[in-house]
Amino acid sequence: MNLEVNLGGIKLKNPVTVASGTFGYGREYSEFYDLGEIGAICTKGTSLRPKTGNKAPRVCETSSGMLNAIGLENKGLEYFAEFDLPFLKKFDTKIIVNTFGSTVEDYVEACRFLNKLDIDGVEINLSCPNVKAGCMAFGNTYEGVKEVTEKCRRVIDKPLIVKLTPNVTDITQTAKAVEDAGADGVSLINTLMGMKIDIDKRRPVLANNTGGLSGPAIKPVAVRMVYQVAQKVKIPILGLGGIVSGDDAIEFMLAGASAISIGSGNFIDPYVAPKTVKGIEDYMKKYNISDVNDIIGKVEMN
Amino acid sequence: MPVNVKAKLVKKEALKKDVFKFSVKAKEIVDISKPGHFIEIRVSDQVEPFLRRPISIYNMDKENGILEFIFQVKGKGTDILSQKQVGDEVDIIGPLGNGKFDYSKYQNLAIIGGGIGVFPLYELAKEAKEDGKNVTTYLGFRNKDFVLLEDEFKNVSDELVLATDDGSYGKNGFAINFLKEDIEKGKIDSIYACGPLPMLRAVKKLAEETGIPAQVSLEEKMGCGMGVCLGCAVKTASSPKDSPSYVYVCKTGPVFDSTFVEF
Ligand SMILES: Cc1cc2nc3c(=O)[nH]c(=O)nc-3n(C[C@H](O)[C@H](O)[C@H](O)COP(=O)(O)OP(=O)(O)OC[C@H]3O[C@@H](n4cnc5c(N)ncnc54)[C@H](O)[C@@H]3O)c2cc1C
Ligand SMILES: Cc1cc2nc3c(=O)[nH]c(=O)nc-3n(C[C@H](O)[C@H](O)[C@H](O)COP(=O)(O)O)c2cc1C
Ligand code: FES
Repeated sequence: MNLEVNLGGIKLKNPVTVASGTFGYGREYSEFYDLGEIGAICTKGTSLRPKTGNKAPRVCETSSGMLNAIGLENKGLEYFAEFDLPFLKKFDTKIIVNTFGSTVEDYVEACRFLNKLDIDGVEINLSCPNVKAGCMAFGNTYEGVKEVTEKCRRVIDKPLIVKLTPNVTDITQTAKAVEDAGADGVSLINTLMGMKIDIDKRRPVLANNTGGLSGPAIKPVAVRMVYQVAQKVKIPILGLGGIVSGDDAIEFMLAGASAISIGSGNFIDPYVAPKTVKGIEDYMKKYNISDVNDIIGKVEMN
Repeated sequence: MPVNVKAKLVKKEALKKDVFKFSVKAKEIVDISKPGHFIEIRVSDQVEPFLRRPISIYNMDKENGILEFIFQVKGKGTDILSQKQVGDEVDIIGPLGNGKFDYSKYQNLAIIGGGIGVFPLYELAKEAKEDGKNVTTYLGFRNKDFVLLEDEFKNVSDELVLATDDGSYGKNGFAINFLKEDIEKGKIDSIYACGPLPMLRAVKKLAEETGIPAQVSLEEKMGCGMGVCLGCAVKTASSPKDSPSYVYVCKTGPVFDSTFVEF
């Protein structure tokens, strides 16, 4: 049975990766299983310089999901290179570093820095709804996405993936911009902007008022968007949004994702990623499929 | 080194309406847990409710690998949990947090708790007493109907001071006032607290005024419970307002020196 897939030049031993911001730099979950069991790790979003986060509460539960407004808190790329990368290198899995900035120059500088590191790919996050002004502006339009992606592309020889926000009118437009700018892959979706109100206090639960919605609640939206983008671009898609099982993963792959990522699902079941690999294998056995690539994009419309 | 276990519920007890004590078989967790640690419980194997619930370790029977926790039914998660029956499995990750009510340097301990914040203090009092410490426990409840675990705490304390806000049971007033009196008498050299925020703030203030060090166990909304999501942030007291530095209740805490964090 072949589980290997190619995500824009990153050869993954299986299509299961873990999503940025939901797996840290791997340390905590490595106490539960060998990280070599999964295809790749997308690191916590790490910017060139350290960045502080929002006030608490930063997270809250919602129906079949959660809201977060962490505020992209991180210790910066230098710290990552010195302390987190050596740890991640111990495992037989691919390392995709997720990064972001608040200006185009920040993105380019971060990519320049990352290009020198011993990593397998870079994922630029053009979709951070929690940060005021900031990158939201780039992620919303064809022109914005194209500009940042092109400039990052110029300084990166490694596989470059662009992560898109679903908080747009037409995600196929921004996905097309990623392809036109020469990136190797596109990942979607990031969180959907949401809000929860405490009716006793008559105030939003999150200190930031709004936050990004993730978890099974957003899965149908994500699957639909992956399908639409797959019709529009040829570069591989990393699909995510609410995946908690092999069956969920298969849905994304049928819709057109070459690989998938598990985010908030890690919080409820630390073993969800290896279980998802197993679930994909079970599906392949059930339908006598020998190569996982034969599932990608194979949904048939009614 | 937290582990994920499906722990068998061996005993279930309703302490009062909507407050349950669960005893589960979880040797792997009990073997490595200390006072101040907590666990995260997945109450349903579906995705609704989504997140795990943080609950403190109340008591451990190390010999038999039994872990006990007590919870109050608040919303849908604890409601579902309360419906489990003896023989059912409870999906637990633990131990979590720093497990660091650290009393090793002190001899005359004041343990103070209020409301449902008293639960994590039992194992602490028990172990401290076993280690030969002088334990005075102060428990505060709203009124007589809310009083919990009086005998249990009596058994693990050299002295138990129980107070109700309205005087309907035990002493009349806030537990902290009685702690204050004992500090003035020179009976106390360190404080360990868990309970509602106003009480913890009063403890912090008392510690500042008297110079007696205090450790407090904090709560915050959690995503992962193990330091991954950075959800449960609390600002360090020394960091400036315009560039705050954060630590995490689930990982750096939940027990903090009262001077270390802002709450
Ligand atoms: C470290 C720690 C230890 C705790 N120990 C105990 C204990 O021993 N016994 C006990 O009865 N309670 C304890 N709590 C509080 C307990 O976690 C909440 O009462 C419980 O999560 C409520 O869940 P629910 O589904 O019933 O309520 P809901 O209101 O439906 O919960 C909605 C969401 O808010 C979260 N939430 C609600 N209240 C709190 C809170 N106070 N702290 C953190 N998250 C909260 C829930 O986890 C859930 O994600 C502890 C909390 C923390 C952080
Ligand atoms: C707590 C938390 C932090 C996140 N941080 C980041 C981040 O730093 N960078 C990023 O690109 N996406 C971040 N995300 C978005 C996830 O990577 C993912 O796109 C989203 O949660 C949807 O997937 P899910 O439903 O499986 O969680 C974060 C999500 C959560 C829940
Ligand atoms: S709950 Fe995720 S870091 Fe504390």
